[in-house]
Amino acid sequence: MNRQELKTIIQTEKNRELNHTGKQKICVCCGAGCLSSGAEEVMKKLQEEIKARGLEQEVEVVPTGCMGPCNQGPLLKCLPGYNMYQKVDCSNIEKIVQSQLVDKKPLEDLLLFADLREKPSLDAREDPYFKKQLKIALKDCGTLNPERIEDYLAHDGYVALDKALFELSPEEVIAEVKHSRIRGRGGAGYPTGLKWESVYKYVNDQKYVICNGDEGDPGAFMDRSVLEGNPHRVLEGMCIAGYAIGASKGFAYIRGEYPLAIKRFEQAIKQARKLGLLGKNIMGTAFSFDIEVRIGAGAFVCGEETALIASIEGKRGTPKPRPPFPAESGLWGKPTLINNVETFAAIAPIIRNGGEWYSEIGTPKSAGTKVFALAGKINNAGLIEVPMGTTLREIVFEIGGGIQHNEEFKAAQTGGPSGGCIPAAHLDVKMDYESLVSLGSIMGSGGLIIMDKSSDMVDVARFFMEFCMDESCGKCVPCRVGTRMLHDLLQKICDNKATQIDLDRLEELAVYVKEASLCGLGGSAPNPLLSTLRHFREEYESRIVKHD
Amino acid sequence: MVTNRTGHYELPATYKNDCLSYSFLFNYKNPGELFMKSDTAVPAKELPKTDPRVKLIAAKLKKENYQPDALIEILHTAQNAYGYLPKDVLAYITRALHLPPSRVYSTVTFYHFFSLKSKGEHTCLVCTGTACYVKGAQQILQAIEKETGIAPGKVSADNKLGVQVARCIGACGLAPAVVIDEEVQAKASPEEIIQKLNAKIGKI
Repeated sequence: MNRQELKTIIQTEKNRELNHTGKQKICVCCGAGCLSSGAEEVMKKLQEEIKARGLEQEVEVVPTGCMGPCNQGPLLKCLPGYNMYQKVDCSNIEKIVQSQLVDKKPLEDLLLFADLREKPSLDAREDPYFKKQLKIALKDCGTLNPERIEDYLAHDGYVALDKALFELSPEEVIAEVKHSRIRGRGGAGYPTGLKWESVYKYVNDQKYVICNGDEGDPGAFMDRSVLEGNPHRVLEGMCIAGYAIGASKGFAYIRGEYPLAIKRFEQAIKQARKLGLLGKNIMGTAFSFDIEVRIGAGAFVCGEETALIASIEGKRGTPKPRPPFPAESGLWGKPTLINNVETFAAIAPIIRNGGEWYSEIGTPKSAGTKVFALAGKINNAGLIEVPMGTTLREIVFEIGGGIQHNEEFKAAQTGGPSGGCIPAAHLDVKMDYESLVSLGSIMGSGGLIIMDKSSDMVDVARFFMEFCMDESCGKCVPCRVGTRMLHDLLQKICDNKATQIDLDRLEELAVYVKEASLCGLGGSAPNPLLSTLRHFREEYESRIVKHD
Repeated sequence: MVTNRTGHYELPATYKNDCLSYSFLFNYKNPGELFMKSDTAVPAKELPKTDPRVKLIAAKLKKENYQPDALIEILHTAQNAYGYLPKDVLAYITRALHLPPSRVYSTVTFYHFFSLKSKGEHTCLVCTGTACYVKGAQQILQAIEKETGIAPGKVSADNKLGVQVARCIGACGLAPAVVIDEEVQAKASPEEIIQKLNAKIGKI
């Protein structure tokens, strides 16, 4: 299909949307969270109810991706008024249809956050939960049907690819990404533009693009939601990357634990191929690119790029020493670009609106927005996207609605098993790469677990060390043996059997493991331990057996 | 725990011998002469060609063009078809991809998804990710063990129920989460899970 034919399709879809303006549209959140809370039955019942009342012509029911506040699911969003309903079940569908669609009056006591706020906002966008957020990567999640490419096309889908292919040279695309100052969203925060440039510079007849969707950090689920809620956005980002670096083949490595994400991404690939947005001569140009899905088999270490490459090659996922970096010698020895799902999701808006626009959001060193998965002892657990530099206090108390049962905030754990805990004293920390590192934590993939006083910090450190011990691939000694020794020492402290000598040894060993391990898993495994030691030392010391 | 890659997974002694015996497959026209030295080694059986599960694996092998790179993809297909990876199936895949048995065996034992033993007719997967941990996943595991006697990673004696732990299923907003036979139980309580499990294995 060439460019002209595609434009016709987009126009038809846009017209269809326009014809719908003024009409009601009910979006049913079909993200993994809401599906587990029963969104499927809700949607079926809703369709039946609308049919029974003969409103099919006036109302459109759309299954969408994640809307954010997973804890309150299943969720409904009624457009154009943005009236959102929470904890919808089959028994109150009838009431909602009656007042929302027939009487045209939102039903106040079922509105989103009706149980938390004195007066819930009719327009959900006015609620502090959404007001503080800025959605770029998640923008169309929760509005469009992820299973229809036409929906994506109507929401400026593939416009960025069109712009890149017809108006920009590969160098200009890379310059635009560099200008946006976006940094890798997988955790390490390496500038994406520089990465693209280095792969571009290696001359080879075959290069690869890999999308890292092996979201292993416990407590992070943003990649899952993006892949489930807007797979075409990631696909478009990968295509643009392929064009920029000169690759003709891409792989999306998605965790086996996410069957819905795999299904939707595979479906998106099929649809894109059908419209000529993937495959040979995309939009009639000389550029050819295709994507294959590879399913992860449940190894945390495969989030590390060299281990992920080994896994795509069908081997044990053990990391390799770098250099050579994948940019030089990656998949099957060819130059390979690896980016995270969230990074690819931000590419299309950057190309569409220009790098300048993106670089103005956030802080000077960390541009743009970051998706956080808010979970633990917090009222509004779910998925949020905020500009970099938003303080932890704003996230926890304004967006997150505070700690459950009005308990006191004790710590926030960021970055999963590679990150650390931020104590209450640092609630005003700006969430960006540098500030978090200065507190001994990392941004990581964006998991944010909130803890109250019921969480024992030594036990939390032990929990993460157990995780790293189990997930160590066993290749290098500092990690394989070190994590086990650290775990045993922590267990000893938890059992109130440790002495001061053990604590000293723990600290000493943690540094060795951190410095001597081959890859990021071992290199960051002691982080939770070191950061809890730094901020909650008294909890460790109170358990030490004293000699007299 | 499921198979633990740091070197302390449990492996039945007979299986170790069987794995050694895979090497004869490369010489399968003349089995046994070169490699089969152990008395316990049993040659892998030919798989019945009419079995739909075998057909599924054969189709996947063909689709992947018998490329050794596709090993993990093919193992996924086999694991989904059988629920675990029986040794005869592994032998079949090994032969078809012309891979050393050690390579297949090391890959299978590396990844949590692949299992050499049956996971049970019904499965109960308890998420022990951070959010679930903070919200009491341990209590659920303890309750299950107390009630059914099945420790995490184990299967009941009658193979009816297997209990596993997952690192994070990505349903952190609904913690603690438990997956019983593909169905996610959000904000689970120990009592609720015990009741569901008893219903599955027909205790009530």
